[in-house]
Amino acid sequence: MAEVRLEKLVKSYGKVGVVHGIDLTIAHNEFVVLVGPSGCGKSTTLRMIAGLEEISGGTISIGDRVVNDLAPRERNISMVFQNYALYPHMTVKENLGFSLKIAKQDTATIEKRVAEAAEILGLTPLLERTPGELSGGQRQRVAMGRAIVRHPDVFLFDEPLSNLDAKLRGQMRVEIKKLHQKVKTTIVYVTHDQVEAMTLADRIVIMKDGHIEQVGTPAEVFEKPKNTFVASFIGSPPMNLLDATVATEAGRKIAKLNDGVTLALPAAAAEKVTDGQTVTIGFRAEAFSPVGYGLYGDNEVATIERTIILPEPLGTETLLYTELGGKEVQGKMLNPRFVKPGEQLTFNLDLSRLHVFDKASGMSVLV
Amino acid sequence: MERSWQRWLIRFGVFIVMAIICVPGLWIVMTAFRDNVEVMARPPVWIPERWTLDNFRAILGLSENQQGIPVVRYFLNSVVISVTSTVLAVLIGMMGGYAFARYRFKGKNVAFLWLMLSRTVPGISLSLPVFMIWSRVGLIDTDFGVILVYLALNIPFTIWLIDGFFRQIPLSLSEAAQVDGCTRWQAFWKIEFPLAKSGIASAGIFAFLTSWNEFALASQLTRTTASKTLPVGLMDFTAQFTVDWTGMCAMAVIIIVPALILTFIVQKHLIAGLTFGGVKG
Repeated sequence: MAEVRLEKLVKSYGKVGVVHGIDLTIAHNEFVVLVGPSGCGKSTTLRMIAGLEEISGGTISIGDRVVNDLAPRERNISMVFQNYALYPHMTVKENLGFSLKIAKQDTATIEKRVAEAAEILGLTPLLERTPGELSGGQRQRVAMGRAIVRHPDVFLFDEPLSNLDAKLRGQMRVEIKKLHQKVKTTIVYVTHDQVEAMTLADRIVIMKDGHIEQVGTPAEVFEKPKNTFVASFIGSPPMNLLDATVATEAGRKIAKLNDGVTLALPAAAAEKVTDGQTVTIGFRAEAFSPVGYGLYGDNEVATIERTIILPEPLGTETLLYTELGGKEVQGKMLNPRFVKPGEQLTFNLDLSRLHVFDKASGMSVLV
Repeated sequence: MERSWQRWLIRFGVFIVMAIICVPGLWIVMTAFRDNVEVMARPPVWIPERWTLDNFRAILGLSENQQGIPVVRYFLNSVVISVTSTVLAVLIGMMGGYAFARYRFKGKNVAFLWLMLSRTVPGISLSLPVFMIWSRVGLIDTDFGVILVYLALNIPFTIWLIDGFFRQIPLSLSEAAQVDGCTRWQAFWKIEFPLAKSGIASAGIFAFLTSWNEFALASQLTRTTASKTLPVGLMDFTAQFTVDWTGMCAMAVIIIVPALILTFIVQKHLIAGLTFGGVKG
């Protein structure tokens, strides 16, 4: 059983704090993705778990051992690096078997485990090549193979796909997911790409400036973002965020946008706000569609006429750039038709899918 | 048309430069194998009429009419001094280069700058102070004294070169090795050292050639067969009124051959080292 527990984990370089006391428990066999913009401390956190970075405060435990002062080799972890870090002077086979050789396993065991890993990752025909003779995707697979031959307690991935082109990245993402299904192990995965986070993770940890902003399943962080940062970070295109003031109209709480448009607030949020409060209203592009081109069911909608600034056709859907509340917002058109810039369209805004954040704190009023 | 005209001009220039570099060397080799009388002949005799090994016999004391010069002894001194100073310079260069490439420590940039500045001082300008200090502490005319001076000459260079090679190796390789179960020491020997090998080899050959060919300082610090090196031994051929040119050239050949052989052996690494040094910032 390899549960990874971070308690009040702190990292600072001199006076500069990088990670400010984070708490996180990663369950056995769970796939957790740390995601956030660059400089948020996610890689540092991963490197502290690996033992490549000293801990300034707090504790890290793997299984029931506190590993704070253990060297990387004593932690029974393996790591896939952003630049793969394959040993250039060794063949693929030697790369895969290196950790076992260091652990003084006998040749037969090494052969067997290397063959197993090569089989899982489709590396068998490449075993005698050196890393210089491999393509990017193959190198990536060797790096993963090197990690799995050891049967570690925890896999650590440090932005493993960021050096690949978009198409290959998509393929490798699927392979990593499959790998996790085959080789059940705890995985901590760092990325700045929210799509990777959403597709791979059992749970996502969103970090910013050395703090954890939210922890949750992909569905939770997508549907119930705790604050405006998570709301704008997760999902593509990012959530539209508009400033508004709360008022009461005909017995209902409404939000009045800067351009005078009023939106009735969903019941749950309405209970938490007071008249005159300044809030940030958030909604995703898919909640804002031209009439007849969205999915609303019986939800209450606000109907708004808008001029299209720019349509962005994506094949199965079209993103529509228009203006609302004094800001540029994006709507989405499912099963699209051709739209011209400057065209007037009537939009439905799904009011049940509005997110309401307190403007001052940036926190969701539901928290 | 103009292209080929330019090409010939460049070739001619290269020919002149190479001639300036190579002809004296060729002259030395030919003189080592010619009769003494031919040396002073006017007009000069370019190709020896009769190739002879007499000059080698003479300096090795194998012929009866001439007194030998302790060439073997000088050779051994040279080997001991060059090999020891090279091995030490490479070892220290490896440690220093690794430290500069991998660790952050206080005063690192200043220390590196001083190391490099020490290379701007012509070695010979230090000969007098070194001579005075060495004579006080009794290091004049000892192998150790010469080795020490050569270490001082070579170490900044080996550190600089090896530092560059270690810098080229991504840090993540050593980290991957540590995650894979290596101690830092094992990660160094199994991963970083093999990858920096050509750099270390080229640092070694440069250090060896510097020590092997050095004349000026050695001529100040050595006195007798106890520590005289081959280049200093060349001076034995100059008497008050005469210079034994053929003997001197024969000995020069003895000096050149081992260096040449060694250079050929590590040529591959040497080129890697040189081109690398060229692109390094």
